[in-house]
Amino acid sequence: MKTAVIVFPGSNCDRDLAVALEAVTGTAPAMVWHGDSDLPDRVGLIALPGGFSYGDYLRCGAISARSPVMRAVVDAAGRGVPVLGVCNGFQVLTEAGLLPGALMRNAGLDFVCRDVALTVANSQSLFTAQYRADETIRVPVAHHDGNYFADADTLDRLEGEGRVAFRYAEPVNGSARSIAGILNDAGNVLGMMPHPERKIEGAHGGNDGRRLFEGLLEAVG
Amino acid sequence: MKLRIVVTLKNGVLDPQGKAIEHALAGLGFHGVDQVRTGKIFEIDVADDTSDGQIDEMCRKLLANTVIENYRVERVS
Repeated sequence: MKTAVIVFPGSNCDRDLAVALEAVTGTAPAMVWHGDSDLPDRVGLIALPGGFSYGDYLRCGAISARSPVMRAVVDAAGRGVPVLGVCNGFQVLTEAGLLPGALMRNAGLDFVCRDVALTVANSQSLFTAQYRADETIRVPVAHHDGNYFADADTLDRLEGEGRVAFRYAEPVNGSARSIAGILNDAGNVLGMMPHPERKIEGAHGGNDGRRLFEGLLEAVG
Repeated sequence: MKLRIVVTLKNGVLDPQGKAIEHALAGLGFHGVDQVRTGKIFEIDVADDTSDGQIDEMCRKLLANTVIENYRVERVS
């Protein structure tokens, strides 16, 4: 599987994602600068990394979502190419309109940086097929603005359509209905605040994040 | 033409920063503060022939996230 990691000014988890993707797929991803307008041909996964792109100016992810490469990402997502946004990448995906809702300041106002327990709410998606339904996994979070917000109708729709991929199994940031990660309606775009790329081998203290990438690899080939 | 664009959180959207400021005001002895809501102000110089439609588009496409925020445009001069 050919993969691409988008690099925005202020991304700081792009290298973590690259290491994880290379470990799982055997091939280093293409690192695509935000100012580029094209993505590699036949890319099997586009990953948007964590970080503080544009210093979180205006709103987290707001400026990045309007960068040239995002037009190509939106087009690719529309063609069914899998897109994964982690942390700041999730914020960019909501700002770009690829996912509904918004990520707001954590309810406790603190930056939260620790391993948290997540429940796999949908184990049938492109990204979660290697997890068991309702399985609890441990993956780290590191964010100040991860408090998921959407209106009640949108939340009902996300839940009704099985588009909540992960929920927090403990209090973390005040997210509506404990949402930690959501899918788009076609199921090929996942945004999540926790960092699966930081839990892919024993030295990370666990490998619960690895199955996300392995499941994708198996599905995409 | 000078514009002042005021962006505020929609009603019903939790504003933890506003809440913290509200508590801090109470801590300073200012009683009777019922609620604090935070927001942003943009002061923008635009060409005089900028249409209302273009200004509205600027707000919707970038300055405000209409999922969580409202905006109001004031013409200053």
